[in-house]
Amino acid sequence: MHSTHAVINRTPKAKDAELAACKWPEDAAHFIPDWVYTSEAVYDQEMDKIFRGRSWNFVALEAEVPNTGDFKRSYVGATPVVVSRAADGSINVFENRCAHRGAEFCRHSQGNATEFVCPYHQWSYDLKGNLQGVPFKRGVNREGGMPKDFRNEDHGLRKLHVATRNGVVFASYAADMESLEDYMTPEILKDFDVVFNGKRLKVHGYYKNELPCNWKMYHENLKDPYHATLLHSFLVVFGLLVAGNDAAMIADPVHGRHGTMASAKKEDKYAAVSDENKKEMRSYHEGMRLQDERFLDFVKEFDSPWSVTMQTIWPNLIVQREMNTLGVRQIVPNGPNSMLMLWTMFGYEDDTEEMTQHRLRQGNLMGPAGFLGLEDNEAMKFVQEGVRRSSTDTNVLKLDAGNVGTSSSLISEAAIRAMYGYYREVMGF
Amino acid sequence: MKATIQSLFRPRDIAPARATALRHEIEDFNADYCAVLDAGQVEAWPGFFAADGIYRVTARENAELGMPVGLVYAQGRGMMHDRAVAIAKTQMFAPRYNLHLVTNTRVSRESADGEVEAQANFLLLQTLVEGPSTVHMAGTYYDRFVRIEGRLLLKERQAIYDTTIIANDLVYPL
Repeated sequence: MHSTHAVINRTPKAKDAELAACKWPEDAAHFIPDWVYTSEAVYDQEMDKIFRGRSWNFVALEAEVPNTGDFKRSYVGATPVVVSRAADGSINVFENRCAHRGAEFCRHSQGNATEFVCPYHQWSYDLKGNLQGVPFKRGVNREGGMPKDFRNEDHGLRKLHVATRNGVVFASYAADMESLEDYMTPEILKDFDVVFNGKRLKVHGYYKNELPCNWKMYHENLKDPYHATLLHSFLVVFGLLVAGNDAAMIADPVHGRHGTMASAKKEDKYAAVSDENKKEMRSYHEGMRLQDERFLDFVKEFDSPWSVTMQTIWPNLIVQREMNTLGVRQIVPNGPNSMLMLWTMFGYEDDTEEMTQHRLRQGNLMGPAGFLGLEDNEAMKFVQEGVRRSSTDTNVLKLDAGNVGTSSSLISEAAIRAMYGYYREVMGF
Repeated sequence: MKATIQSLFRPRDIAPARATALRHEIEDFNADYCAVLDAGQVEAWPGFFAADGIYRVTARENAELGMPVGLVYAQGRGMMHDRAVAIAKTQMFAPRYNLHLVTNTRVSRESADGEVEAQANFLLLQTLVEGPSTVHMAGTYYDRFVRIEGRLLLKERQAIYDTTIIANDLVYPL
């Protein structure tokens, strides 16, 4: 059910607070106020200060637009953009809004074009978003038409700044952004470069879904290793992630906005869970075994101590390496109570057919019908409904209290704390 | 501005009378398949497939681009069994009713060894606690059936959905 289909769908005034009423709790590191998830005013300021502010936003993989004229619809925040490959090989990102009367002219998810023509009055733009042609620019029979001082170069599409790294394309509204590498920090770049190591990617396809939750919850969920050992019994049963595995929750040390949740699978197919830990994990199922164990195979293909890394790159990208299933997820915020998740699953061009099949089989873990994916989606929906409809107004963030940033324990909320430290600074809370 | 896509249309190459007979049989098959799923008997669902059957759920966008990813992708009844057990026993999700409507059944081919190529459109209606009944997924089954001990079983079911943005998630098989 899309959030717009809900029968009970009203946000009480107290939860839809104006900015002036938004006061962060005094013990700022250990409580999150509900209004960060439910206020329209807060959401609008996020679009302004975060997505259109000083951030690099993921928009596409280069493998999706390999040739001249290839394009893809995408988003920066909730703003529709087009990603286009020009004849000089450059990748260009511009808003999907005709400079004339505002029509969102590009309607196909992806394709190939020699130019972009708005269907309404056929203004045409080149592959870099420059206005090329205006029909009847000089009028008809010397009547009508554009004024003499109309210059095409003043009426191009709104262009964004673009940066790429090893096949991943980012865009920013800010003209003076630091490099992507500085933006991400070496600590985050290290695991990003494991997946994006310069090998050519092969796109396997897409999942797209709406999550009826605030966009920040998706970041929090992947900065919250506590839930992974509890909610996802599948991980626990098969030893993909067990409290006590080698694991880390890494936060970028400069701003605390990015994160890498990492764990290393033990050699055994099925995890041994101590009696002490079993008692803490209600969802543990003794003796559960798969009929088809190919699914759990882990082909060690990278020089990394981790078998799983889930990266949150602020503000809109998740890089998924869950054993051998690889993907990126793009967050498209959609008001305070909803977000779209656009998933692009991929492997490498030099994968054998056997490796491709293995990645596809393991893909059952993730996505809107994935063994893990669907539980996250359900849980985040529950949280959004809870924070939106209840009369109480704070979330408690006390695991591993006092620690902000990276933690070696999975039973910690230190990375969420770091993210909100940065968020409060940017938003002025 | 055109997307490069391949058509999913399957031309018809079968005598009309034979197609009609098979269509009735496949309509019965699909009615049973949906009755099992709609009653929540997900652990019985793999029984509709041949042992080496393929089941894939994917977006029409992927299918038309020739991309292999599956929202659900099972190679063989073992993988289907594992998914069914996960849904029935371990996964966390809000309770829901599912209701499948299957129409426009069409048989397009029958090979010499008895393999039947068919398709049918589906609608999955979903009803959550305190929710309206919503069209959750709409699409087409592209199927290949084999006959084992006289009974039709799915050798391959590609459930290709038109629904460009899935509402939150898909719990049960289509």
